[in-house]
Amino acid sequence: MDTPLFVNMEETVSIVLFGIGFTMLMLHRNLIKKILGMNIMDTAVYLFLAVKGYIRGRMVPIVVDGIQEVSAYINPVPSGLVLTGIVVSVSTTALMLALTIRLYERYGSLDLDEILMRAKEEERV
Amino acid sequence: MSRQRDDYENSWWKKFKGWVDGEVDLLAEGMEIRVPKTQEEGEWDGKPKALMSADKMGKMTDSQKRRGIRWFRRFYQVMSVFLCLSIIFVLLWTVAYLPAFGNAGNPDNNEVSARYIEKGLQETGAINIVTGMILDYRAFDTFGESCVLFIASCCVLVLLRIDEGKAGEKARKRLAESDDRLFEPKNDVILQKCACILVPLILVFGIYIVLNGHLSPGGGFSGGAVLGSGLIFYLNAFGFRKTERFFTEKVYRRITLCALTFYCLAKSYSFFTGANHLESKIPLGTPGAIVSSGLILPLNICVGLVVACTMYAFYALFRKGGM
Repeated sequence: MDTPLFVNMEETVSIVLFGIGFTMLMLHRNLIKKILGMNIMDTAVYLFLAVKGYIRGRMVPIVVDGIQEVSAYINPVPSGLVLTGIVVSVSTTALMLALTIRLYERYGSLDLDEILMRAKEEERV
Repeated sequence: MSRQRDDYENSWWKKFKGWVDGEVDLLAEGMEIRVPKTQEEGEWDGKPKALMSADKMGKMTDSQKRRGIRWFRRFYQVMSVFLCLSIIFVLLWTVAYLPAFGNAGNPDNNEVSARYIEKGLQETGAINIVTGMILDYRAFDTFGESCVLFIASCCVLVLLRIDEGKAGEKARKRLAESDDRLFEPKNDVILQKCACILVPLILVFGIYIVLNGHLSPGGGFSGGAVLGSGLIFYLNAFGFRKTERFFTEKVYRRITLCALTFYCLAKSYSFFTGANHLESKIPLGTPGAIVSSGLILPLNICVGLVVACTMYAFYALFRKGGM
């Protein structure tokens, strides 16, 4: 029970989640499922950052009763980074979905291979 | 005074207003817009024509080609599984060498976070240290985030907008397709009654989160998302005609422009005073009061407005192709 992976169980979980998202991104040919995989990867990154900022037995970084010692609060920097990540992930997801809608309108398919093939045929003709 | 009014037609303010409202097209002569040839619908039914003609003149036969594609797909799958497994393995190996979870002595808990915690309340006036960090110490970063949201909504607008004015055959078809009220019950009584009760509560809760960003968990981003979801709920219950009474593209543009400009100017002021070692004239107030912590409250409101408008714009664009 003292293996390093078990001690860092939270990080391990986030890496596994990242792997699931990455596998989805690589293996699925459907564009919507690729976007879902991308979002799972984003979530894994948030989990990793939140875990890095956590310190056992300490409070949320909101000053209570004027206590301002470093030993009272967790690290506030990763929380701010997660916020940035969420905003960027929302924007990229919206952009990807809009592009997918346009591709579907043009080629009538969500399958990436089929879209590429049709685009190539169109170029040749 | 009358001379000024006479000259209003040529005034800078009029031009600026026209530019903000989109009445003046700056790119009218400078940019060539090429409309792509519209593809005939139904060409891709079954086997594509283009593929057949390519087969005729190509060297490969159809079955050979299909076998090649099948081999490529199998190879691709094997290789991607291999790649995924190796990446997971490398990352897990790295995790095994990371410092233990939740330990105060970890290298990421360094002097930066200590400084934020020790001096944050005095320097920014915000009780919530994270808000003080992202809207005061690192406000430029947050400005970039708001701009990212704005640019993303602009890109979605470019990609999905349906121009009703010069509607061709295709645009009209898209417009008819996106008129999705056909498949949904019109004026659903249950939904509308629920919306009557819930929408004000959601909006008040969103405003509460935005205004209390420096006192409690929350802030512009989360509060703005709540506000946007309240607007989307209202839109779902009552339809576009009701929401267009108070929220159109013009309103969206004005709110976003004003919020981003105010953010930029406010932070430029703090940068200017900070860089020149001047005394900032903005009082920090008593920590814990609702009107305190200097610029953080107005900046939170700006961010909340931008986020709410962007959420609503995303939804409206994906649903109808316009606001």
